[in-house]
Amino acid sequence: MSDSDVSYASAYEAILARQSFIELGARERARALLDPGSFRELLGPFDHLESPWLPLQGIVCQADDGAVIAKGTLDGAAAVVLAIESAFQGGSIGEVSGTKLAATLELVLRECEAGRLVRPVILFETGGVRLQEANLGLAVIAEIQAAIVALRRYVPVVGVIAGMVGCFGGMSLAAALCSYLIMTKQGRLGMNGPEVIEQEAGIEELNASDRRLIWSLIGGEQRAATGLVDTLVEDDVAQIAASVRAAFVQGRPAQARTERVAHYLALLARVDPAAIDGAAMRQLWNQE
Amino acid sequence: MQDVLNSPAVNPITRGRIWFDALVGPSLKPGSSSPVPPVLSAGAELNGVAAQFIAVVPDPEQRFPRATDNVVGLEQGWLLAQAVRAVIDADAGAAAKRPIIAVVDVKSQAYGRREELLGLHLACAAAVDAYASARLAGHPVIALIVGPAMSGAFLAHGYQANRILALDAPGTMVHAMGREAAARVTRRSVEALDALGETIIPMAYSMHAFEQLGLLSELIYGIDADAPSSAQIETVRRALSTAVTDARSGPNDLSGRLSSPAAQKNRAASIEVRRRLAQQWQAD
Repeated sequence: MSDSDVSYASAYEAILARQSFIELGARERARALLDPGSFRELLGPFDHLESPWLPLQGIVCQADDGAVIAKGTLDGAAAVVLAIESAFQGGSIGEVSGTKLAATLELVLRECEAGRLVRPVILFETGGVRLQEANLGLAVIAEIQAAIVALRRYVPVVGVIAGMVGCFGGMSLAAALCSYLIMTKQGRLGMNGPEVIEQEAGIEELNASDRRLIWSLIGGEQRAATGLVDTLVEDDVAQIAASVRAAFVQGRPAQARTERVAHYLALLARVDPAAIDGAAMRQLWNQE
Repeated sequence: MQDVLNSPAVNPITRGRIWFDALVGPSLKPGSSSPVPPVLSAGAELNGVAAQFIAVVPDPEQRFPRATDNVVGLEQGWLLAQAVRAVIDADAGAAAKRPIIAVVDVKSQAYGRREELLGLHLACAAAVDAYASARLAGHPVIALIVGPAMSGAFLAHGYQANRILALDAPGTMVHAMGREAAARVTRRSVEALDALGETIIPMAYSMHAFEQLGLLSELIYGIDADAPSSAQIETVRRALSTAVTDARSGPNDLSGRLSSPAAQKNRAASIEVRRRLAQQWQAD
């Protein structure tokens, strides 16, 4: 066996040893991130807090409304994972699912204000507002955002965008407010989904079926290369779990991305709107 | 026809501009530079108290072609953040923090390829952060809805306010998605969507329905939103002034949105989730 055969073999084994995070549902994701045996779900399916608005429209509810809240520990420290289930209504935010997230963050804030730090992790997998609950979806997203801004002053708020839905709409703003973002190559992070842009602005603005183009604009690799997320990870439970823990070890960043107003205005000023694409942005964003 | 009306040489007069001028104009100091689009920000007296007024208006000169209208695009998001943070910084040592009035007339966020690439979500989040930080720092933040307050644009400009006021006038609305687009996405006709709004309050497009969700502090009646009389402007000033006083005596988070009788009725699920979650949180 040559040296290259050995390295191929070990790379192959490493891939085989990986456990996909993307393939897990929200509950399993939360369980996989928390310290073994520490997972305790709040407002689980048996509590049956469901959307009051979907049945009025002939849509079958889910007993957790697509949001999983799990208390537990990370490296032995108190933590809570807020996981959005993309398999229910595309991870859309309704009154109940969104309030589960907002209310949890508010409880963590109370704990932090009392000097008991709890580590919050949000697993974003959402198209944004659930249109069947329109204005209440938007209202609770504003509450989630308010809570993140308040909480971030005490403890890092860590977001994960694994895919395959990605993170869009008002929840992309919530993600941007997080202290740290961890993302896979498969993930996408943007305000308007490609289909919405194609519909609103025409196919000449964006062809939503051009996957290569879409990922070159808003995919995980591009976001990491331009500093819009902090850590690019493989679709691997162990690596994501380690990256989440590492973010808390780092502590609160000196300045959140959303506070760097002068920096980002200066970067924007460098952009020639007629000649900007993924590669040009990488160059502009990384030159000092 | 539309293109002629929106020809780039003409700066259309929008509700945001009309109300910004109505509220700020009289007290702008002579010789002071007037604010420039797309984000207008200026200090003015509000019933004897210094306040900051901020509006998003069309910007025909805007470099990003998808953001020339009264929408929140990349520059609008970051400029909103800059304007709000300038107020926070200026009042850092002050005992009484200046009120910030967001004059809201925003059709949508900008829909474009460049916007997504360059991080529109981050630009809008920066505005959210600035408004929320102002509120947390003790600035009374008041949103005055004078036109559409749509989706991500409203999240960025207004939805972090301590108090939300709106004019009861044609064209004022809060929604997650425009009527036509929502109809397409949910595969319904516009008529069917309107009919749904009759029974499903969060789906309705009227300000009265929005008020029933407990999210409005006041719906201001009897105002001509396009050509207000000086008496009507005075009515709005008084309403803003009352909202500022209320905000100063209330919490600096958004909890007040759940306390009204309207919220008790139509956001019962929001209240129940909070109650049960708090119980279970304490259980260990």
